[in-house]
Amino acid sequence: MSEVKSALLVGVGGQGAILTAKVLVNGLMRAGCDVKMSEVHGMSQRGGSVSTQVRWGEKVYSPLIGKGAADIVVAFEKMEAVRYADYLKPDGVAVINDFEMMSATIAAGLAQYPAGTLEAMQKHFTCHVLNAEKIALELGSAKCMNIVLFGSLVKALGMDDIDWESVIADTVPPKFRELNLKAYRAGYEAV
Amino acid sequence: MEKFLLSGNEAIARGAFEAGVKVASAYPGTPSTEIFENLPQYKDVLYSEWAPNEKVATEVAYGASLAGVRSLTAMKHVGVNVAADPIFTAAYNGVGGGFVIVSADDPSMHSSQNEQDNRHYAKAAKMAMVEPSDSQECKDFLKAAYEISEKFDTPVLFRTTTRVAHSKSLVTLGERQEPPVPVYKRNVRKNVCTPANAYLNHPKVEENLKALEKWACTSPLNRVEMAGAAVGVISASIAYEYAKEVFPADASFLKLGITNPLPMDLIRDFAAKVEKLYVIEELDPFMEEQIKAAGIPCTGKELTGLMYEMNPEILRERLFGIKPETVDVGVSAVSRPPVLCPGCPHRGFFYTMSHHKDFVVAGDIGCYTLGAAPPLSAIDSVICMGGGFTVAMGMAKAFAATGQTDKKVFGVMGDSTFFHSGMTGAAEIIYNKGSVIPVVLDNHITGMTGHQDNPGSGYTLQGEMAESLKIEDILRSYGYEHVIIVDPQDLKAMEAAVQEALASQVPAAIIARRPCLLIKRIRHENGLCKVNTDKCIGCRKCLSVGCPAVSVTDRKAAIDPLQCVGCTVCAQVCPMGAIEKEA
Repeated sequence: MSEVKSALLVGVGGQGAILTAKVLVNGLMRAGCDVKMSEVHGMSQRGGSVSTQVRWGEKVYSPLIGKGAADIVVAFEKMEAVRYADYLKPDGVAVINDFEMMSATIAAGLAQYPAGTLEAMQKHFTCHVLNAEKIALELGSAKCMNIVLFGSLVKALGMDDIDWESVIADTVPPKFRELNLKAYRAGYEAV
Repeated sequence: MEKFLLSGNEAIARGAFEAGVKVASAYPGTPSTEIFENLPQYKDVLYSEWAPNEKVATEVAYGASLAGVRSLTAMKHVGVNVAADPIFTAAYNGVGGGFVIVSADDPSMHSSQNEQDNRHYAKAAKMAMVEPSDSQECKDFLKAAYEISEKFDTPVLFRTTTRVAHSKSLVTLGERQEPPVPVYKRNVRKNVCTPANAYLNHPKVEENLKALEKWACTSPLNRVEMAGAAVGVISASIAYEYAKEVFPADASFLKLGITNPLPMDLIRDFAAKVEKLYVIEELDPFMEEQIKAAGIPCTGKELTGLMYEMNPEILRERLFGIKPETVDVGVSAVSRPPVLCPGCPHRGFFYTMSHHKDFVVAGDIGCYTLGAAPPLSAIDSVICMGGGFTVAMGMAKAFAATGQTDKKVFGVMGDSTFFHSGMTGAAEIIYNKGSVIPVVLDNHITGMTGHQDNPGSGYTLQGEMAESLKIEDILRSYGYEHVIIVDPQDLKAMEAAVQEALASQVPAAIIARRPCLLIKRIRHENGLCKVNTDKCIGCRKCLSVGCPAVSVTDRKAAIDPLQCVGCTVCAQVCPMGAIEKEA
């Protein structure tokens, strides 16, 4: 555990990346890791591109990473994956939600949604691509998309030594417990 | 012992509780806001409030200190500019109970208008400064700051940055210490800042700072981490965390928690033990310049730069020329600029302003600053809180002085900003006969910082019902004989209000009133707009309102049902009546 690992969760404001980070952090704390997490509040929240960083290991100093330093990027939206691709280590892993969200500039016809985002990522990195929204809807609610992606993150990083199901059960509100456990398993199996 | 994952702001709130703080007053501002959002949980023992502005908050907290209790105020970096007047003289008068001012700086301007380095304030005001670098220190150093404040009779500037305030790290909690109830005694000599008393207070301030500097040389807040003798690093705040990852394991560190006054004997001693000395700090060379002035050679800003926040990779590259290995995937992402929300009441107002080429609009700080963004592009200037009315006044006087009579000048700000520092500007316009129309965009909340209450919202920070100050009553009492209250979402009414104000023979003001859709305690009658594609001619007029829910593809408008709230602003501008609100 001595080596510090860094995860970067990226998406669009309101997609629920914070809860994903919270589950990750709670499990790592139980495993006895030192943990730091960084997020930005304020102006970018609505409709803006948002990122949350989680770092863990025996002793973590910086809550923040720069370019080329992430072991894993979890992209809640696929254009966000390419936006933050240069934060990944060259041998890093990406979990990508095959899901598109327009931006205000695209909606206004001032720009076009870029083509070939998934292919570009897959060409350069080990990628796990899933349609987390579809999986979440099949389970009953689009809202558990974030925990579907969390399941894929656990698989991608091979973090099986932590009892994530009990962490999820303790982190999410009781009435969403079953849904989120199913979401976690589905995300784990999807990649 | 159990550890909790807390943000720096949450930890500061906890620290205030543990330190026995009794009175706390602040005005919200990113990245400081969550400190006070986390105080009401302690309301049984700690009174906390949102004040109308940072100067008021500082004065309230200082008054509590004079009365003998520990007190807290907190603000974003530019808030200290507003509060500077009481702060500078409080530093001369000294304190009763411990008095701490949190300044949350914002390197890289994640949510700010500049990236001023507020460490200079501590030096300029001659007060103590403490800088934590993680959440545990936010809590523990805050408690130490109260001891410093009382021991050295000084306000303490407790300086954080965005990454200290908003990062989360593990914290061990402590118990609250309940200081004894103070006995208040009048002390005119100390607390009344007449010139004669100030003359006597100044030498005491200098003596106190000297004593504090000596004390700081042995304080546990300043820590030597001795390793090898080749490289020594002096650092503080979040930069310390970055430097620890970047320098080799045999580098020695002097990690400073008290950064004004700098413990120069400790620094000199540390410098003598290492061959090469680095000073690592974000923004200005605050420590480096003083260390160099003390005759101690060191390296810092010539490598690390003066602007924007650092991270380990940036620091490594600047110090040692080691670039991070990155991959260019060859596809670029399109920007996602922040925009006014779907259904934002400000949209109708700015749409109206955007249609008049002869309008000059001085804006202000808040969500409505986004009225400057395309396609609305309806703001000429934004400078500071409360500047909307007064900058407009100056522009109007300049236009009058140069015969540019065609310009029609508006000053615009939100309700919270009006109470913050807009009222004096409204008085200025009346007093000096300005030809400016002041407009208050009253959405009934402090929006951009995440929905804090204000004197007009009807509630206090601690969740109690409160007097709701009426903006129209205030404006009328100033002499605005014609106050027009309008729903900005009704575009015809909004345009009529603007024309009526311009035509008025008596001083006129506009209040564009509609609550923010994100206020949870109000029931919003949301709906949904739909495009009738048979009627839509693809003219793109609906895009001119700048709503993120509206787009045009294949020459037909489309409305995202997940985002639309049915405000109908786009429907009102459609020349074909092709956008309909669902019943």
